[in-house]
Amino acid sequence: MSAVQENADHGRAGHSQSAVEVETPFRRFVADYMENKIAVFGAISVFVVVLIALFGPLIAPTDPYDLASVTFMDNKLEPGEQMGNGVTAVLGTDGLGRDMVSAMIYGLRISLGVGIGSGIIALLIGVTFGLCAAYFGGKVDTVIMRIVDIQLSFPAILVALVLLATLGKGIDKIIIALVVVQWAYYARTVRGSALVERRREYIEAATCLGLSKRRVIFRHMLPNCLPPLIVVATMQVAHAISLEATLSFLGLGLPVTEPSLGLLIANGFEYIMSGLYWISVYPGLALLFTIVTINLVGDRLRDVLNPRLQK
Amino acid sequence: MKALRKLGLAAVALSAMTANVMAADIVIGIRSEPSSMDPYFHNLTPNNAMIGQVFSRLVDFDSKQQIFGSIAESWKTVNDTTWEFKLRKGLKFHDGSDLTVDDVIYSFERADGYEGGNSSFRTYTKGKKLVKVDDLTLHIVTERPYPLMANDMTTVMIMSSEAKGTDSSGKNKGISAKDFNDGTATIGSGPYKFVEWKKGEHIILEKFDGYIGEIAQPWDKVTFKFIKSEPARVAALLAGDVDAIDNVPTIDVERLKKDPRVTLSSGISNRVIYLHLDQFREDSPFVTAKDGSKIKNPLLDPRVRKALSKMINREAIVKRVMEGVAIPAGQLLPEGFFGVSPNLEVEAYDPAGAKKLLAEAGYPDGFALTIHGPNDRYINDAKILEAIGQLFTGNGIPTKVETMTKNIFFKRASSGAEGLPEFSLVLVGWGSGTGEASSPLKSLLATHDKSKGMGASNRGRHSNPEMDAMLLEALATVDDTKRAGLLAKATDMGIGEDQGIIPLHYQVNTWATKKGLKYNPRTDERTLASDYVPE
Amino acid sequence: MTVFVIRRLMQAALVVLIMSLLVFGGVFLVGDPVEMLVADDADQAEREAIIKSMGLDLPFYIQYLRFIGNALQGDMGNSFVFQESAMHLIAERMPATFELAFAALFIAVVFGIPLGIYAGLNANSWISKTIMTTSILGFSLPTFWVGIMMILFFAVIMGWLPSSGRGETVDVFGIQLSLFTLDGLSHVCLPAVNLALFKLSMVIRLARAGTREVVHQDYIKFARAKGLSDTRIIGVHLFKNIMIPVVTVLGLEFGGLVAFSVVTETVFAWPGMGKLLIDSINFLDRPVIVAYLMFVVVLFVVINLIVDVLYSVLDPRVRLQEMKS
Repeated sequence: MSAVQENADHGRAGHSQSAVEVETPFRRFVADYMENKIAVFGAISVFVVVLIALFGPLIAPTDPYDLASVTFMDNKLEPGEQMGNGVTAVLGTDGLGRDMVSAMIYGLRISLGVGIGSGIIALLIGVTFGLCAAYFGGKVDTVIMRIVDIQLSFPAILVALVLLATLGKGIDKIIIALVVVQWAYYARTVRGSALVERRREYIEAATCLGLSKRRVIFRHMLPNCLPPLIVVATMQVAHAISLEATLSFLGLGLPVTEPSLGLLIANGFEYIMSGLYWISVYPGLALLFTIVTINLVGDRLRDVLNPRLQK
Repeated sequence: MKALRKLGLAAVALSAMTANVMAADIVIGIRSEPSSMDPYFHNLTPNNAMIGQVFSRLVDFDSKQQIFGSIAESWKTVNDTTWEFKLRKGLKFHDGSDLTVDDVIYSFERADGYEGGNSSFRTYTKGKKLVKVDDLTLHIVTERPYPLMANDMTTVMIMSSEAKGTDSSGKNKGISAKDFNDGTATIGSGPYKFVEWKKGEHIILEKFDGYIGEIAQPWDKVTFKFIKSEPARVAALLAGDVDAIDNVPTIDVERLKKDPRVTLSSGISNRVIYLHLDQFREDSPFVTAKDGSKIKNPLLDPRVRKALSKMINREAIVKRVMEGVAIPAGQLLPEGFFGVSPNLEVEAYDPAGAKKLLAEAGYPDGFALTIHGPNDRYINDAKILEAIGQLFTGNGIPTKVETMTKNIFFKRASSGAEGLPEFSLVLVGWGSGTGEASSPLKSLLATHDKSKGMGASNRGRHSNPEMDAMLLEALATVDDTKRAGLLAKATDMGIGEDQGIIPLHYQVNTWATKKGLKYNPRTDERTLASDYVPE
Repeated sequence: MTVFVIRRLMQAALVVLIMSLLVFGGVFLVGDPVEMLVADDADQAEREAIIKSMGLDLPFYIQYLRFIGNALQGDMGNSFVFQESAMHLIAERMPATFELAFAALFIAVVFGIPLGIYAGLNANSWISKTIMTTSILGFSLPTFWVGIMMILFFAVIMGWLPSSGRGETVDVFGIQLSLFTLDGLSHVCLPAVNLALFKLSMVIRLARAGTREVVHQDYIKFARAKGLSDTRIIGVHLFKNIMIPVVTVLGLEFGGLVAFSVVTETVFAWPGMGKLLIDSINFLDRPVIVAYLMFVVVLFVVINLIVDVLYSVLDPRVRLQEMKS
């Protein structure tokens, strides 16, 4: 057990040594991360994907959300055909004449925004509740975990249906729905590992030192609950994006005139039997690439950040 | 079978051959499952189609919605307010008992007093008195002359008065919907007997050997499988899991046409897809000036409505969005139906004309709109709406498009704003259940009036007293030619002059079968075993 | 232990009550099904008669109290659409869904845990890397898309498996099950794999993460030093310790499999409860939606209870007594 105790505070230990060595915790983290070539590729890809999403309107050949410039007279063009306005649709057009390349770039913005945005909010809420439940135990634990039970017993689509029906369609509404669906997973995961951590000596030691509860929870317990949390968080971002697509598939998601990657796939779903593969295959590949690269990064982060895995 | 499937084409050819030789069993993949086997429970297409194969009606529609005698052999008017129906001789129910006028009266009583279901059959039973003359002769008496008697009789199905004991005083005569769903009371006189219903899976019917009547019985055993997902239904047909499917998605029509394993049968339906426009509010919630400020509702002006109609390129929508599987519409029912107007043409795409009309009406710079519609109710509904959004925007009316699921949409479109229709412009459809023009005129264009039961689905609240009067006159006119003329004239007013609604196109339905079979496409959109015939 | 369980059950009752209010209220807000249920040509009087016959004209609190009153007597109300007992409708569909969920869970565990442990033990081998990359694919694509791709490939192009529906069933202790017929198994294949993919990836990752953590712990080193066989170390010491997160997540996920099989059931036309739910939502069939969710709540409460009890068995450091204190 002493090994664990030592490693748990390795961050601070690193600080005390930094006067002697050039190695800072951050540099060490970067160096560790760089060891895995695939993960480096993942990080670069995520960076590129985020850049594309941020500067989408500047890159995209057309504006797929502008009803005045999109015309259904251009619909179902095969990849490489020319649209009415002279622009070549490199990846074809969809059922309503949107250039697939432009639609995918714009859709990527929405998918990433929805997935990451809802993930961060849900993470903050879930982690706070989960840690409190595990640390305080007793009534606090019971109340929080009962709420989690209620939360998890709502099928996601019903939460979405009820919320979207009373609020209307839109990106903000779908983010609310996704947060409500996800936060409980974080809470439960964090509680699960925190329950074990709480019994460990270093927490006792921290408590005996008279550190404030907030400090004990967030500075000592939280870092040690991170590994499973990162696993869940990477999966949840992916899950949020695909859940959004599923909601679109069921007709409850985003407005039709502003499709996300998920909605593009959902729209293409009906063409899949008819040979118009590009409408769902390309956005599907774009979605796959985005999620896989996010997960590659998440995977590596988990390995690097886990103190117990270090030699 | 499974092993054979690997052989692809050869296997299908073989199974098609066996089908021709035996012509006994058929498996049909259908989109919509009925909600009950109780004939008066729920007056909707999936129910009426499925249950109508087990329970016959007095008279019925053929595939072109022409009336033929089913239980009744003949019918005529005795005087202005009395109709006489003669029943066929020797009719039997599936349990072997005789079908007489008593059963007909019993059925009407149960339909009329039905409690707890979602029945709307009272629309057809109210104001009618049934009188037994003898076992095979029935008189139906109304207060005023009632020309649509035979059309109304195509709705109420006839059940056995001895179906499950008889407790005439009890609720629904002591028979609950469940008794029909498990087969206890599912005893009709139709061409097929009820075997079983596994909810969410299938309904199985079996040929009734004692059937007397004009409906064909090409199959010994019929299995209706419920496959809601569109691509899955097509896949099931291509994989050979089912012999036939209904509601072929328009996008797949072109490809299936070329597939040597498949035969397509398509036909025009009685359903028109159209736009309702807010005509009852000075301040319409989803119409604004281009800068977003409030303006007086421009849709009140018939010239604006006409202009919007001219902005819609119907030919292009049908060709590009509907894959050619629809017919541009200029009125409420396609050519050939009773009471359609010979004067109305399909509105041509005319942006210049639209601009001129808008300027005349005082909106030379246009205005901004948000249009609404369902995304899971009609064929390609959301896509049509988006195409219209593109056309409006391109012609100087910046338009936002909002679609939602039908359960949310219809509630809001009918009574979302404190009991009033919520939206300014909606896309909806209307199928004429009676197969003639009075049905849409009465529900969609007549002034909304609860006490008279008029304009029930008039979500734009269009109102023209002159047209109302003409429609009422038509509804009391027994002479067919005269009535057809009045209905056509009412349509001329409602659509041609007032542009009360904007018709877009008539739906065309497509059924697909494996080679060797075909379907008699029905205008009422029903999928019936008897209409599947060898090619 | 008994006190703990009783306490949990009492809490569950409270949860069910709160849930019922939330769901009832939520669906009440969305609207009523009448617009969807009446025929197009029904007039206004007919519409009102139907609203009245369903009790939908009453104020919300009366509708809710009525529902609670009946529910206490075990009657969850009649479906608006089918006019049959909502519980009966759900019970009818339950075997199909449970069958699918079990099949999916089975696939996820049987393939997931060995693959995960292997990847954890041999982190740098190319097989492990392939396993992990593939597992990322497993939860990256939307279920419905994978489902339709599977139909397209296995049913349409290759013709190996049926595209949709449930196969022939046999009566097992009064329950209709399709897992025991060849036809049934061939039908359950695609939907079960489709439903399992996500869970499979999750199990692989959890098992791997757990393994990698546990192998560096002192007791494993100690066990190795003591000269225990690899089989015993992996089979007993390692396995027991990585099961904690796996059991938690799987416990939750089984409930999830049941509750969220909506999409798979829709794509494959699998006649289970998920399909009933989506149909009921489409029709705003409130009694069925509420009854279904009540059922799911109870299911989750039971699962959580089992997970907590298993926790204490698998990890003696977590004591039930302290959870109740």
